[in-house]
Amino acid sequence: MATVDTAAAATEVLTACFRRMLLIRYFEEALSDLFTRNLLGGTSHLCIGQEACAVGVVSALRDSDWLVSNHRGHGHLLARGLDPARVMGELMGKITGYCGGRGGSQHLCSMADRFLGTNGITGGGIPIGTGAALAVRYRNLDDIVAVFFGDGASSQGTFHESLNMASLWKLPVLYVCENNGYAMSNPVGASVAAAGIAERAAAYRMPGRRVDGMNLVEVRRHTAELADYVRSGQGPALLELTTYRHCGHSKNDPRVYRTRTEEAEWQQRDCIEQAAAYLRGLGLTPETIAALRQEAHQTIERAVQAATAAPCGTREHARGGVYA
Amino acid sequence: MPEALQNDPRLIYTSKAIHEALDEEMARDPDVLLVGEDIGVYGGAFGVTRGLYEKYGRARIWETPISENSFVGMAVGAAMLGLKPVVEIMFMDFIALALDQVLNSAGKLHYMYNGQVTVPMVIRTPGGAKGGYGPSHSQMLSNLFVGIPGIKVVAPATARQAKGLLKSAIRDPNPVLFIENKRLYPQRGLVPEGDYTLPLGKADVAAEGTDLTLIAYSAMVPVCLAVRKALEPRGLHIEVVDLVSLQPLDVETILGSVRKTGRAIIAEEACLTGGVGAEVAALLAAECMDALEAPVRRVAAADVPIPSSMELEKAVLPGADDVVRTVRDVMSW
Repeated sequence: MATVDTAAAATEVLTACFRRMLLIRYFEEALSDLFTRNLLGGTSHLCIGQEACAVGVVSALRDSDWLVSNHRGHGHLLARGLDPARVMGELMGKITGYCGGRGGSQHLCSMADRFLGTNGITGGGIPIGTGAALAVRYRNLDDIVAVFFGDGASSQGTFHESLNMASLWKLPVLYVCENNGYAMSNPVGASVAAAGIAERAAAYRMPGRRVDGMNLVEVRRHTAELADYVRSGQGPALLELTTYRHCGHSKNDPRVYRTRTEEAEWQQRDCIEQAAAYLRGLGLTPETIAALRQEAHQTIERAVQAATAAPCGTREHARGGVYA
Repeated sequence: MPEALQNDPRLIYTSKAIHEALDEEMARDPDVLLVGEDIGVYGGAFGVTRGLYEKYGRARIWETPISENSFVGMAVGAAMLGLKPVVEIMFMDFIALALDQVLNSAGKLHYMYNGQVTVPMVIRTPGGAKGGYGPSHSQMLSNLFVGIPGIKVVAPATARQAKGLLKSAIRDPNPVLFIENKRLYPQRGLVPEGDYTLPLGKADVAAEGTDLTLIAYSAMVPVCLAVRKALEPRGLHIEVVDLVSLQPLDVETILGSVRKTGRAIIAEEACLTGGVGAEVAALLAAECMDALEAPVRRVAAADVPIPSSMELEKAVLPGADDVVRTVRDVMSW
């Protein structure tokens, strides 16, 4: 009986994760479409292909744990359960957005969701998350902070400085590196002298693990283990998730730095297809999965409609609010 | 002013006045923490935090490795969660290493997150040249920070100001750059005992006069006061306005003084180009042209790095002679 219950619970949790992954995928596809049709300003860094990283990590944490994200942060936001219509509103520069259109894609924060912000400076969020962990520790709370960044950020000074301090002071931070193989166009092999990102943890005497970031179940399992370690007060940990963005770095990226063959190989390992297959193995019918897809599509469609219809802030909104 | 007079003032060093502000604020509010290099048992490069480590311990004094950008960023993160970190940057020139977190995080978060967060942190740092520290340890970089919206900038000139303003800076919900000065640390002034605050954003008429206004901040204030005193016997009545706050500027006090005297010179230790002096000059040109009886002039450091040799250092810094010469020019216009 117990095993049946556990399996049922696991199916329920993974189905919820799958739902979030679909939301992220369709959200990003909708954005891509809006850019193609010139309906959005600025730029955006899509995480198509990396959904298992965001959902796997966030779903294995507590809701009271803090998150810090980077320039490629839509997945992290939606994985935490933020309202897609308000995230889309922010990207469209609308007053209904989480930051009233002041922040946009790379500067999106929701304190009510304990989301300390996406960050437009590569590596810029790493010390912020480390400082948040210092505050958590100072107040003797048992929350932890998860800081997302990419392989490129692992070469910033802030990465090394922050990991060093977090380890010295045993701060409750889980550093999560989504290694998608390229810092914009620069392949990891050309920018990281270490054998991998996880290996960099050894220099700061903290656990470092490399995990298949295309596998939702594996990401969840390792996150849960490392989060337990971090929460227990033993210090920070570094989780490297190997993954791939099926899309370019940002809009207008012709992807000249990688081959179509390589892309096709990673497409074969797509995290959403893998998760769907896993769920079918747990007994979900193809009809149920199709219904989940349909439902996620509709949610995003409604989000785009709501955001499109929302007004922009006023001139006063743009020019005020600099000081508290 | 009146509240300051409630307590008995004592003659103490500016560095001691800053120390008292830190000590009293830490005692008053457990959310106030110190962050920086060598601020523990060593007491900071200029001795400002001496004794605080023994009193408040490791939990309140975060003595960091040499990692300016990250420890400033950590202070930002801690401030977002409600702590009130006071960061020491050992020499103002070193803030270059942390500029990303000052510019892109501390100064922007409250605005770009649409008021969801405040960043109640202070960065204390000594600017200015003294005694041949050389190019990387001597600059007054006030000009870089007045152009960053979201940061308040104060630069006290006296021990009394230093204590009262630092307390206000710590209690302010915004990031405040608190510019100290190596030449002022060993200057003594009358400082009230116990708690008092001085408002951020207010200039101080340090001495009244009718013929000309010398506008200055930080270590150039005592220089201007000395010039005023030296020229008084010749019948020249100079008003000295201490800006105190560089961001925001106290426009009302500046304009009030210059409308009265009709002449203005701005004296600062930062280099001439793009400085606070330029900002004040533009303000005067826009707002009180009708009252001006002579062109507005600036006295500042030469547009060169600060050389190491003490003789050469003197040659590039603005001194009393430069101020006197400029006063003569302006008065004879």
